[in-house]
Amino acid sequence: MSTTRRGLSERLVEEIEGLLPRYPTRRAALLPALHLVQEELGRVPHEAVVGLAELLGLKPAEVEDTLTFYGFFRQDEPLGRVRVWVCRSLSCSCRGGEELLEYLGQKLGIRPGQTTPDGRVTLEVAECLGACDYAPAMLADGTLHKNLTKGKIDAFVESIRQDASSGGLPGA
Amino acid sequence: MDNSNMTITIDGQPVAAEPGMTILEAALAAGIYIPNLCHHPDLKPVGICRLCMVELDGRGLTLSCMTPVAEGMDVRTESPDIDKVRRVATELLIANHYPDCLACAKNDRCELQRIAAYVGVDQKGLERLRRTERRFEVDRSNPFFDYDPNQCVLCGICVRTCDEIVGVNALDYAFRGFQTVVSTFGNRPIAESTCVSCGECVVRCPVGALVPKDMPRPSREVKTICPYCGVGCSLYLGVRGRRVVSVRGDRESPVNQGRLCVKGRFGYEFVNHPERLTAPLVKRNGRFVEVSWDEALGVVAERLQGYRGDQFAAMASAKCTNEENYVIQKFVRRVMGTNNVDHCARLCHAPSVTGLVQSFGSGAMTYSIGEIQDAASIFAIGTNTTSAHPVLALEIKRAVRRGAQLIVANPKEIDLVRHACLFLQHRPGSDVALMMGMMRVIVDEGLEDKAFVAERCENFEAFRESLSAFGLDFVETTTGVPREKIVQAARIYATRKPGAIFYSMGITQHTHGTDNVLATSNLALLTGNVGRTSSGVNPLRGQNNVQGACDMGALPNVYPGYQKVSDPDVQAKFERAWDGPLSPNPGLALTEMFDAIDQGRLKALYLMGENPALSEADANHAREALEKLEFFVSQDIFLTESNRMAHVVLPAASFAEKDGTFTNTERRVQRVRRAIEPPGQAQPDWWIICQLARRMDVGGFDFSHPSEIMDEIARLTPSYGGISYNRLENGGLQWPCPSADHPGTRYLHAQRFNTPSGKGRFVPLQYRPPAEEVEPQYPLVLTTDRSLYHFHTSTMTRRVEGLEKLDGRELLRIHPDDAQRLGIADGDRVQVRSRRGRIEVQAQVTEICRPGVVSLTFHFWEAPTNVLTHAALDPVAKIPETKVCAVAVEKA
Repeated sequence: MSTTRRGLSERLVEEIEGLLPRYPTRRAALLPALHLVQEELGRVPHEAVVGLAELLGLKPAEVEDTLTFYGFFRQDEPLGRVRVWVCRSLSCSCRGGEELLEYLGQKLGIRPGQTTPDGRVTLEVAECLGACDYAPAMLADGTLHKNLTKGKIDAFVESIRQDASSGGLPGA
Repeated sequence: MDNSNMTITIDGQPVAAEPGMTILEAALAAGIYIPNLCHHPDLKPVGICRLCMVELDGRGLTLSCMTPVAEGMDVRTESPDIDKVRRVATELLIANHYPDCLACAKNDRCELQRIAAYVGVDQKGLERLRRTERRFEVDRSNPFFDYDPNQCVLCGICVRTCDEIVGVNALDYAFRGFQTVVSTFGNRPIAESTCVSCGECVVRCPVGALVPKDMPRPSREVKTICPYCGVGCSLYLGVRGRRVVSVRGDRESPVNQGRLCVKGRFGYEFVNHPERLTAPLVKRNGRFVEVSWDEALGVVAERLQGYRGDQFAAMASAKCTNEENYVIQKFVRRVMGTNNVDHCARLCHAPSVTGLVQSFGSGAMTYSIGEIQDAASIFAIGTNTTSAHPVLALEIKRAVRRGAQLIVANPKEIDLVRHACLFLQHRPGSDVALMMGMMRVIVDEGLEDKAFVAERCENFEAFRESLSAFGLDFVETTTGVPREKIVQAARIYATRKPGAIFYSMGITQHTHGTDNVLATSNLALLTGNVGRTSSGVNPLRGQNNVQGACDMGALPNVYPGYQKVSDPDVQAKFERAWDGPLSPNPGLALTEMFDAIDQGRLKALYLMGENPALSEADANHAREALEKLEFFVSQDIFLTESNRMAHVVLPAASFAEKDGTFTNTERRVQRVRRAIEPPGQAQPDWWIICQLARRMDVGGFDFSHPSEIMDEIARLTPSYGGISYNRLENGGLQWPCPSADHPGTRYLHAQRFNTPSGKGRFVPLQYRPPAEEVEPQYPLVLTTDRSLYHFHTSTMTRRVEGLEKLDGRELLRIHPDDAQRLGIADGDRVQVRSRRGRIEVQAQVTEICRPGVVSLTFHFWEAPTNVLTHAALDPVAKIPETKVCAVAVEKA
């Protein structure tokens, strides 16, 4: 993909500029712009921060302030193709969320915060998914997995393994 | 809005307050302490430390720093609830704070200590709150200050200072919660960030997180003026023993309001430098030998007797005081009988004088630094303000924050561009075309100030006709700036008033420098942007006292106050005052002196504090000329590239070691004060010249203190008529200040211009290309620039270790397209050749240059840029074209 000298692809620049009319100032578009970058690149690298700053009339240090405040964004290591959040808030913990997190980690061979060596899955801990009535809960690429059990985890891991072998998931 | 004062009650005490104040400000102004950490009077309140809690009826606990006062407000600063909240806030701050207060540089000046002492902390509470050790590495990368995140209280004062005051944003918060830290972008060491090392955050840090390195506390402080650029920041030199050990900005100064740049705040080490000259030197058998003052002065007086008249010349100094420049021009005229006196203003703002005198009748900056913030539009052309006039640049940035639209015209994408709404990257030397193009648009669209043009200006019709040659097709091709941008710039500047023009060497250092200046004055006249507050034409003077050196008549054609040497009445006036005959013939300009030496017309030279061997265009020629002198005497604080060739070198006192005055770029005459004794036998420049005159048996040099010289200046110089040391004790005075009861003049030309007719004069202009254009053998244009970290030929700044660390070598800036074509990679050694010379430097490949344009500073003797530059002169101002010459670049 062609990149401009700003460290952002032309498409990204276009998409971010498309956001601007919705906000009162350029600065206000920073968070959604960060999401767009993360979505396309799987992370928000150094050069993209410089590019975003230039595009939105900010200084790189200001962009980084916002970027690092949120656990959602990645700076250095790219994310895996699937990003899995296991909730460990009060309700989920009471109903076994922490054990399930550990179980999923063992199955994938990684700890929370890490990505599988083949780049398939990134495992994360969520402070609350807002799904307490379905505790324990897990979010995987926008799909909420409710009333999680070991069995459901097995099935989930199997499904992403198949998707990976058929190349079904879009790469980052 | 009601502007009357109001009264509020704090703990039952009535307290006067002004509308718009916060409760905290009203309390502090009334001498009532409320604990606070994130508050700073220079910054907008943010309310993040939660310590300044007070109680209000009906509103409970309230942040006093965020709450505006209202009539009758009843504020309580003590209650059990307040105590509980701020005790926890304080304990949270202290629990993980560095515990060794006595070893901390901020000990006894720390706001956290003060708060802890006031609030009282509970040992058990601290232990309960203490978390696992979290140690950050101390960042010692900056040569002037250290950053220890372990001592940081996250008040954000540094972050907000870098944003609101400096406009650099090198620092910001990173991460969240317990991990939060103030950091540079990418968490790099400060020295590798965009930090400009001004130290504004360091002076505001309330704790020991940002502290200067090696700045012991002084035993006394002396108020004086910074010796670097023409902004003229007021500062306090801290003295301990016989040494200058610290610098502190003067918050009361209307010029800098306490702010300083990296050179002003940290660049004073040269004063105490071991290489300072401490004894008179006389060259014998090719080597300097130390002699007594008596012997040295005897040699100089005797030799100079033989060179009276036009075979003698002196180069005065824009670094020296008004009094010293007055004395040396008097010496040249009265003792030596010639008008051959000039100084480096010839190389910087000679065209401002020749140009602005034609159009306005006065060559100085028309308005004041304090007015910048109220401009509605600013056109900055040919000025790299953040590097060359950093503190004035802060005011431009402040104006932008307050809504001004900034247009930057520069061949390089300088830092100021980041604050601009419009950037015109024109070709070096195409300034007349650019501005005439803008004026053509203004006239075509009827945006000129018709009333102002009709009532206050003359020669408009002839000028208007000259605009016909500047159609946008021609202007676009000549300048390389897209026409839409030119139109936009014209509209912004013509319609957003008041509009101010700032310019510097990018305008003047051309063979058409006078025309460039006239283009700026035409532009201001056309839009009525002169003679009013916050508008005008503002040449930014480079040296600390270049304005003053010109005012004092250190120029070949005028006496002090720009009174012409060729005017018989003026001549008679000075002959009476100085009691002797004077020459009516204008003398040689500095740039003409080298040819005159070469041709044998000029045989003896007196050089006061200048370094032409590095600063002259075509420097090899200047150096060769200096070698031909029959007698060459210099006074300076160091041996330089120039005075190593002298026969006698006399040791001078630095700015910190003498009394006097400097006149800054806004015509403000300010007092320079002696803080320490000069090293060894060094003496102030005025003393040395007076001693010589006395030995040469000429009267009128019996001054015992610079104040007596100022009294003589005031008697003979109408614009300085009301200036005396007594008055200057209470702050500076801006000339014209004609009488002892005159308050000085904030902006010029309010009622009438200084021209004979009293009207502002339009001058028709034609486009003339630079004297040297590119050709296949020399395909690139070289333009010169300045570094923030060095000054002029760096005689002072390169003797400051920290500045040398921040910027220690010359770099040739070259655009990636050119670099690629020439097979040059970033960091390669390259050879730069012009028709006159060659140098070897390291290349920096960067997009800040236009393709086809390369740039160099001239701060480094190892790579003397001016051996390349072109000595072609502006026909009127006689300034060389150091901003444009054709060069070839290849890998070394």
